[in-house]
Parts: sequence; C-alpha cells; structure tokens
Amino acid sequence: MSNRRVVIDPITRIEGHLRIEVEVDDNNVVQKAYSSSTLWRGIELILKGRDPRDAGLMAQRICGVCTYSHYKAGVEAVENALGVEAPYNAKLVRSLLNASLYMHDHVVHFYHLHGLDWVDIVSALSADPKKASELAFKYADLPIATGTDELTAVQKRVKEFVDKGQLGPFANAYWGNGTYKFSPEQNLIAVSHYLKALEVQRVAAQMFAIFGAKQPHPQSLVVGGVTCVRDILSPTRLAQWLEKYKIVKDFIDRAYQADIVMAAEAYGTEESVLGGVGVKNFLAAEGFQLNRTEHLFQGGIVKGGDISQAFDIDDLKIEEDVTHAWYKGTKPLQPWDGVTDPDYTGFVDGDTVNGEAKIIDENAKYTWVKAPRYDGEAMEVGPLSCLLVNYARGNKKVQAEVGAFLERTGLPVAALFTTLGRTAARMLQTKLISDNAITIFNSLVENIKTDDSTYTKFEIDNDKEYVGRFIGEVPRGTLSHWVRIKNGLIENYQAVVPTTWNAGPVDGNGVVGPYEASLVGLKIEDPTKPLEVLRIIHSFDPCMSCSVHVMDMKGVELSEFKVNPMSSGASC
Amino acid sequence: MNNFDALYAKAKDRIQALHELPSIKEQPIEEMLEKRGIERRDFMKWAAGITAMLALPSQFTPLFAEAAKVADRLPLVWLHMAECTGCSESLIRSDAPTIDSLIFDYISLEYHETLMAAAGWQAEANLEHALEKYKGNYILLVEGGVPTANNGQYLTLGAHGRTGLDLTRAAAKDAAAIFSIGTCSSFGGIQAAAPNPTGAKGVDKVVSQPVINVPGCPPSANNIVGTLMHFLLFGTLPALDRYSRPKWAYGHRIHDLCERRGHFDAGEFVESFGDDGAKDGWCLYKQGCKGPYTFNNCSTERFNQGTSWPIQAGHGCMGCSEPDFWDTMGPLEKPLQSRLVMGLNKSVDDVGTILLTATVAGIGAHAVASIFMNKKDEKEG
Repeated sequence: MSNRRVVIDPITRIEGHLRIEVEVDDNNVVQKAYSSSTLWRGIELILKGRDPRDAGLMAQRICGVCTYSHYKAGVEAVENALGVEAPYNAKLVRSLLNASLYMHDHVVHFYHLHGLDWVDIVSALSADPKKASELAFKYADLPIATGTDELTAVQKRVKEFVDKGQLGPFANAYWGNGTYKFSPEQNLIAVSHYLKALEVQRVAAQMFAIFGAKQPHPQSLVVGGVTCVRDILSPTRLAQWLEKYKIVKDFIDRAYQADIVMAAEAYGTEESVLGGVGVKNFLAAEGFQLNRTEHLFQGGIVKGGDISQAFDIDDLKIEEDVTHAWYKGTKPLQPWDGVTDPDYTGFVDGDTVNGEAKIIDENAKYTWVKAPRYDGEAMEVGPLSCLLVNYARGNKKVQAEVGAFLERTGLPVAALFTTLGRTAARMLQTKLISDNAITIFNSLVENIKTDDSTYTKFEIDNDKEYVGRFIGEVPRGTLSHWVRIKNGLIENYQAVVPTTWNAGPVDGNGVVGPYEASLVGLKIEDPTKPLEVLRIIHSFDPCMSCSVHVMDMKGVELSEFKVNPMSSGASC
Repeated sequence: MNNFDALYAKAKDRIQALHELPSIKEQPIEEMLEKRGIERRDFMKWAAGITAMLALPSQFTPLFAEAAKVADRLPLVWLHMAECTGCSESLIRSDAPTIDSLIFDYISLEYHETLMAAAGWQAEANLEHALEKYKGNYILLVEGGVPTANNGQYLTLGAHGRTGLDLTRAAAKDAAAIFSIGTCSSFGGIQAAAPNPTGAKGVDKVVSQPVINVPGCPPSANNIVGTLMHFLLFGTLPALDRYSRPKWAYGHRIHDLCERRGHFDAGEFVESFGDDGAKDGWCLYKQGCKGPYTFNNCSTERFNQGTSWPIQAGHGCMGCSEPDFWDTMGPLEKPLQSRLVMGLNKSVDDVGTILLTATVAGIGAHAVASIFMNKKDEKEG
C-alpha cells in the first residue's frame, strides 16, 4: 500500500495562515512532510518609496503577536543606515520593552496556543482537587493558583462548561488522545494555570504599555530614540512597571516553570515528543542589553548538534531559495540581491485520509515562504537555538539555568534536541529574561539620575544613499531587517524572519527545512486526528504573517554594506 | 431625556424579543455570576461603565445588564483574513474586571482560529456547523483585509483551498450582523496601502450586506466589546458616521479631548522629540500628530485598562482609524500642513472646525515666535 496523505489546514492557535501536509505509511509513520503558508501580503513592497522614519510603524504591522519586534527592527535598521546612535536611556527602554514582550508572548504561547497540545481539559474533570493541590508542591516550592479551593472551583467551572455540551472554542478537538500524558490531577493544575495566565497576560501587556503606549502595536519608538520621556522620568510610572513586573515574574517562576518541569516528568517517555528536531543546525543573534557592557545572550551558530563549539555569523553566507516557493526565480540569492515576483500555482486535487481535497504538489511550488539557507544549510532559530548557541559559547547564566533544569528533571543534554526540549527552552529563556529584566530596569534608574536624554537628532541627506541592517533576537528567533535609502526615501526593504527559517520549503538542492524535517519519523496514533503533528509544529511557535515577506534588494553592492553588528541598540 | 424615550422603548422590545429566542446555554448569567463570586453590584457597575462609554443616559444601565443576560443567544464567528492577529490579541487583553471576558465566555464563540483547540478538518467542521445551525442568527466578526486580486488567490483556507474572498462572502450571507474588527477589515489596512499588491479590500467592499466598521490598529478591546453590546441591546446598527463607524466611539476627534489640547491652544509645541517641551508634555502637532484628523475615543478610553496611549507616551497619533491612513497621513512624523483643508472637509462637527481654524492661525503665530526663540537659544548656547 502506498503512502497516504494527511492535510491539516488551518493549523489553528498560531499567528497567520499555515497548512501542513504529511505522508504516512501503513504504520502511520510520517515519511514526508510539507509546510505551506497560504497568505501573501507584500508589506515590503508597500514600504518602498516611503519616509524611512515610517519603516518601524509600518513593519510592525507584519505581526500583532510578536508586536514590537518588527517595530524595533525597522527603527534600528534605519538608525544603522543613517549612522544614528540612540541615547543610552533609549537603548535601555527598548531592551526593557523587549523583556516585557517576551514575558508576555512566551506565556501566552505556552498556555493559550501550545498548552492544549499537552493538556487534556476533559481529563481534568476526573481529578481529585485535593491530591492535585498536594501534587503541585512537587513542581514548585510555592505553587500558584493550585489551592484545593481554587482547583475545586476550576474543576466545577470546567464541568459546567462541558455538561452544557456547548464547548465553543474547545469543541471538536482531540480530547482523550492517547498521547496526552498528564494525569487528571496534572491536567487540572495546568487548566487552572491556563485561566490564571489569561489574567497575568493582561498585566504583562500593561507592564509593556507603561513605556510602550499600548500593546499590541506600541507607539513610543522613533528613529533616534524613544518618545516616552515623561514615563521614564516619572517615579510613579517606574514603580508601576516594577509592581506589574513582580506579578508576571511570580507567575513565570511559580507556574510556567513548574508546569514545564511537570511536563518533563509526564512526557519524558512519550515517543511523539522525543523527536522533532530534524535540522540540527542552530542560529541565534545577540540580545538584551543589560547595561553599558553586557548583553544577556550572545549570537552565533551551532552546527550538526555539536554544542562543544559555536561559530560567528557571516552575513555573506545567508541566501534565500525559491525553488518551491510561489515566486519566480530558480537559484538561491543573497537577501540584497533577492527578487520578488509572485508566481502562484496553487494546489492540486488529491486523496487524503479525510477524503478528497486540494493537496500540495511537492514537485512544484507550494508555499509563500522562501527557504533561507546559511552556507547552503537549513538552520533552526528560536529559544532552543538561543540557549544552545549560548551554552556552546560558555554563557554562564545560560549554562547554569539549563544545567539546573536538567538536574531537576533528570533529563540528559540530548533531551534538549527534542520537541519537549524546544518547549522547555522557551520557558528557560523566559526565566532568564525575567530574572535579568530587573538589571535592565536598575541600569535605567541609575542612569536617569544624571542623564535625561532620550533622543538623538539627525538629518537625512537626500543626495546620499544609505544602507543598513538590524539583526537580533525576537520571541520566535533571529530576525533581520535590511534597508536601503535613496533620495531620502526607502529604496528597498527586506525582512528575513524567524518563521521563514523554520517553516520554509525544501530547497533546490533537496535540503529540507526545520518544520518539514521535524515531522519525518513521527508516528501518529490516528491520522484523521493528528494531535502529534500539531504539538511539534506549535513547539516552534509559528508566526506565519511574519514569515511571508519578500522584497527586492537588487543592486546593493556589498562594499556599500555597513556590516556593523547592530548590537549597539538594546538589540533583542 | 425625552429624546431617548423612543430608543429606550425600542431597546426594551429588543430584549424581550431576545428573551424569546431559545438559549444556547442552559445556565442563566445571574447564576454564572453568582457561582463565580461576582456580585450583582459589580455587574451593574460594569453595565454602567458600558452605558457611559456609549454616551447614553444612565437610565440605560439596567438595559445593558439585561442585554448581557441574553447575550448567549447570539453565537459569534470570527474569521481571519490578511491580518497580523493584533486585533485578536487586543480582544484577549479585555478587561480588568474580568467580567468582559466572562461575557465572551458566555457568548458562544463558535469559531476563532487563534483560540480554538481544534485544527484542520475538525476546525472546518466547526465553522460549517456554526454557519448551518445558527443560520441567520450568528454575528460575523472579520479581522483582516480581503485579498481580491487574481480571484483572491493570495489567501486560501482549509483543505479545499477556498479563498478568503469566497469564505467571507459565504459567511456573510446568513449573518445577523457583520462587524469589521480593525482597520484591515474595515478599510483594507496595511496590505491595501499603495501599491496594494494583493488587491486587499475592506469587507464592506466585497459583500452586499451592511457592515459596521470598528477600525483602529488595533481597536481597543473597549470598542470591540462596546460594539457588540450595542447590537445586543438595540438589535440594529448603531448611529454610524460616513465610514460606517459607530458614532459613540468614533464621533469625536482625538484632538477634541486630548490631554495635551491646552498646549495646542496655547501654541506650546514639542519642537524635537526629547526636548524640554516633550518633557513637559506639550502638543505633538509639529511632530506629525494626526489627532486633529482622526476620529476615535483613544484620548478618553486609552489602552490596556487605561495604562497609556500614544500621545501620553509622547508620540503623535498616526490616524490609524481613518481609511487609507498609511497613504494619506504619511510621513507619519510630519504635520499635514497641505492637507489641513482636506482634513477639515472630513469633519462632522462645525464647532470643531471653527476651533481648529482658529488654532491653525495660532500655529502660524507660534511659528514666528519660535524663530525668535530659537535665535535666542543659539545666543545663549
């Protein structure tokens, strides 16, 4: 019997529009996988001919989930091009905003987007709240939202909801699937945290908005600095930030961390989460300025899963391939030579395990996402990459955090290279950021005692041509923006974003990207209800709107290119 | 108060009619509130808040409370088109007395790709089920512009590769009401900015049914929830402006109620980000603030439970709730001197127009004054 096709479209609980297809054999083991983004918006084309000062606010509209990431990237790419250095206060505020963003984004991702892949809500109904309450102390010294009274109330609330038979957003999911491994008590703890996280994320958004104006889509950065000078100089605003920070950090320490430790225990032997890392090359950029001399994370590349060493990033080795993407062109091009010419060919009729459908023709083009390669190789980006690169670099903070987690869970280093490891890495990264955000805050408080500058004036010379780039870490991995300014206007703009690295199709040389490689070899319990696939894809935290960007950077000579490590700003 | 009597009577009839519809959920909201430890007094406070926000007299407060109780009769279907998910994110930030999210729990959210547990075929089945079962009764909310170029090929959804355009039209067909949530579904948004490579359009341009626009990038959670509440209460479209925006939210300029308005009138402007004027909270008009041309309630409602808003954070308004603002309001950090007249033509209240004209003269006078001041500064420096 030949392979059977499984189509999952839409992949829900993500940002944007994604289709995943897999081919399974007679034993329901995935032989091949294809990733397709089904939306194209063309934002970089729209940026052409605009005032460079508008790049940040416009690029920000690429994504409202990792909102801020593209704002900061757009502003700092233009600063880099113009040779503008924002004041130290502005750098610290940007770094602080970035920390606030991660503390929001990763929590929402784990609980509200990824959580239902690990947590069976229906199973929580048969839990004993008292036992669950006691069990919570196994995973945290001071558990949160797990008192017997609270868990009883949560259970009652869920029961009433289920009894009504009107599950709303929880309807028709995969409850009862054999690869859900939490006990009823563990599920109840996690459901309680799911609800608590809805509250906490509101506080995290407020914490961000104190210096960011609003969340999503902040509006307090400009080329040259930040505008929130009154908020920075106000002791009340600073104290408000601190207060909200404590609430969110508390949740990260006592719930998020605990739930990942719990997942490591429950899922430690579940085969379907112990693969999921097909591409073993990892790329990460420097991020989180803590003070005048230090960044929390360093950048680099880990090759072939060897964390005994890390390599420096060389811009010249980044290329994008469109062999299987819906654009014209056949050979891989460097970003500054990239061409964008839509060439949509659509899907073909085919059979799937759920019946007739439109399916991907894997020999043709099949996605709006290009395939970025580094020196011809696919790279995974994201929290796991960030930790592995920093581990390899000998980053003491990262080594200590990762080491403590492995010791606590009894897992070997090899466990990091799994779906479970990827999900755990996101928590560990959040923990590192939330622990160190206070250092950024203190640096700011210290500095404003003697310095209240927030903005650097600059001129744009219409007769000059400027080229610049931002590269940094954002919640989903390494992001770079590339800008070229001519006659005082944006001549070209390109974003190479995290999800492009991860979700891209196979390239012209047959090299497979992280999403597609992660699924091969996966055994699926019931191909008509492919929970295992969702779990792996969600572990990457897909952000499809981000990934679908293309631009024309034709004709930029390398010699003009300022390869100035953008770490100057509070690069994220 | 007499002006409102007819409206009040109409709203009462509406609630009566809703009461007669079968309930989707068996448990009345009073019971739910009680079980969750929310007192009736808190609930009424919330209703009073919504009443005030909609600029209605307080006699309407009990009606909102009534409306919330029958909210479960109306299932919601939320579609994602060409968008960034920022509007959904804004929605989940709603609100500090968690009663708003309770309402959303209670309203039957039948389909929402960012929040729903099901995926793929199961998700599609949920949508089909909702459109069929609640035919004529569901509220359709759309986030994102609709790509229309080349028959809508720039967005497909589902295993059968249906275009977003096709899906929007199909879902609109039997909706009780259609709300475009955010600037993208209202007016096309960022992807519709020139040269609009995908032919993205607002929902009202691709369906024949009436559509209420709730623009903003993103709109505040208050405006999303308030619009729903209005529909539940009156069962009709709210009073709308020429862009089909509810007047209760979009009836005033940002400028009209801006906290920095006094500085505008006094001719005190931020001349450069980070200068002394910026530290003192002066007017941002000269830094490109589009508050005078933008209709929205940000200056009173703010964002994230009143935490802040762009002008408080020292950045001008960029006009994000106006049609085509990316093209008409840019460059965003420069004032729209030449477009002032066009902006005035758009205005809906003459008093504001006169005020604005007066202050434009003020800016001119101030500009002259500031030339002298700058010279003085130079000497001192």
